[in-house]
Amino acid sequence: MKTIAEINERIKNRKAVVVTAEEIIDLVEEKGVKKAAQEVDVVTTGTFGPMCSSGMFINFGHPKPGIKMTRTWLNDVPAFSGLAAVDAYVGATEMSERQGMQYGGAHVIQDFIDGKDIRLYAESYGTDCYPRRDIRTTINKHNVNQAYLYNPRNCYQNYPAATNSSDKIMYTYMGTLLPGFGNVTYSTSGELSPLMNDPEYRTIGIGTRIFLGGTQGFVAWEGTQHDPGQARLENGTPVSSAGTLAVIGDAKKMSSRYIRAAIFDRYGVTLFVGIGIPIPMLDEDMLIKTAVRNRDIVTTLVDKSGREDLGIRLSYETLRSGWVDIKGRRVPTAPLSSLKIARDIASTLKDWIANGQFLLSEPVEKLPYRKERLNSLEIRGE
Amino acid sequence: MKTIKISIYYPVDKITVPLVSTLIKEFDLQVNILHADISLNKTGTLVADLAGDERNVDDALRYIEEQGIGYKLFNKQLIWHEELCVHCGACTAVCPSHALTMSHETWSLEFDKEKCLVCGLCTKACPLNVMSLQD
Repeated sequence: MKTIAEINERIKNRKAVVVTAEEIIDLVEEKGVKKAAQEVDVVTTGTFGPMCSSGMFINFGHPKPGIKMTRTWLNDVPAFSGLAAVDAYVGATEMSERQGMQYGGAHVIQDFIDGKDIRLYAESYGTDCYPRRDIRTTINKHNVNQAYLYNPRNCYQNYPAATNSSDKIMYTYMGTLLPGFGNVTYSTSGELSPLMNDPEYRTIGIGTRIFLGGTQGFVAWEGTQHDPGQARLENGTPVSSAGTLAVIGDAKKMSSRYIRAAIFDRYGVTLFVGIGIPIPMLDEDMLIKTAVRNRDIVTTLVDKSGREDLGIRLSYETLRSGWVDIKGRRVPTAPLSSLKIARDIASTLKDWIANGQFLLSEPVEKLPYRKERLNSLEIRGE
Repeated sequence: MKTIKISIYYPVDKITVPLVSTLIKEFDLQVNILHADISLNKTGTLVADLAGDERNVDDALRYIEEQGIGYKLFNKQLIWHEELCVHCGACTAVCPSHALTMSHETWSLEFDKEKCLVCGLCTKACPLNVMSLQD
């Protein structure tokens, strides 16, 4: 048994033993659970995938004379400014009014992180205290006040794999799905994924310090559509979409290596977000959880055309093999989330901790672990 | 020596023409089949690299045309802007010839130019816009 405070002491003294969630698998194989749990202090995880529910708050600073912005555009992408005078929120999936889905909120965020100038245009009705009616200028990360990513739903614990039984090609947020079960796509870093390594949210909670977009960020809240009541395997991992996290971090300190704008053909704009979460090895149970392998975790295969209820569960080992069997057919699989960069994140976080630059945090509050499932939106009369 | 990449379209009634063997025997061409979808009583497609003496290649193209078989030459090539790639794998979902694959060790994207049909599907499926067709 170790406490987070004890582990932090070891981190400060640069004595902490840190491994990634892939490395721990071999270590447990080699040394056994008991020995590995004694030796290892922290296991790092990582994920880098498209996460639509992302966006950035900005405070532009006040011009003279002042303006209470009511409608705001950044590089022709509408930003929400139904907030105080010069605050706005640009959502990742918002599209340019000139270029459509060729450029969107995610691109504004990436350009901002890259230090580029961004055109700001805002309108107002003018008030006694904020008389200005419109403003046209450029902003960048050096001349605004705060700019932070606040992503209401990132880091999905698991997500259904997608296929298409219809006779038409489908353009979806799960990529291009070829007709007649032409392919299967999936999006996870699997055994390296943060919430797959702490499936029952023992250590990851509100206030947890994390790697976000290349800098330190925090878990702010349960993510939207957080659904811990999903069916689970004996090892605690869910069989389809389950837990999610709302995360927050300073956009000015992020890097576009870990925050990238993306376009899913004929679907829309989204943002690849890089997240890494350290898991303290409090005891043997936590170690067993982080030693989970792709063959021990599964997801559900969904027919995006809605024609067939496939009822197929696939392990991530099978999905990663490149081929799956659907009704006797050999169907190729493709990932949508980058394992290569997820590994980079887990190993960067490992270095930060090993070098004493990143301390672990005790969750301020646990994530909810309720049984009730999600509501759907009913269409009701008045 | 001339090498071309060609996509050949067989109408239903020409599917029985022994085209490949003729290209090899009569025109002394090297034929490297990249993709073939041919079955009886259906239209078919064959994608291949043809290599040989320049005159023989031109004569072979004329011969294909005379048989009432259609073809299209690939003049473009696929450019992968690797430095901008995040290696997500979305392009591999649509690549019909497995020219784009993921390394199962490093999980980097790998591009085998020889297998590329220059179909362009990946240029749209890539979420980062790092694939393009160039002349």
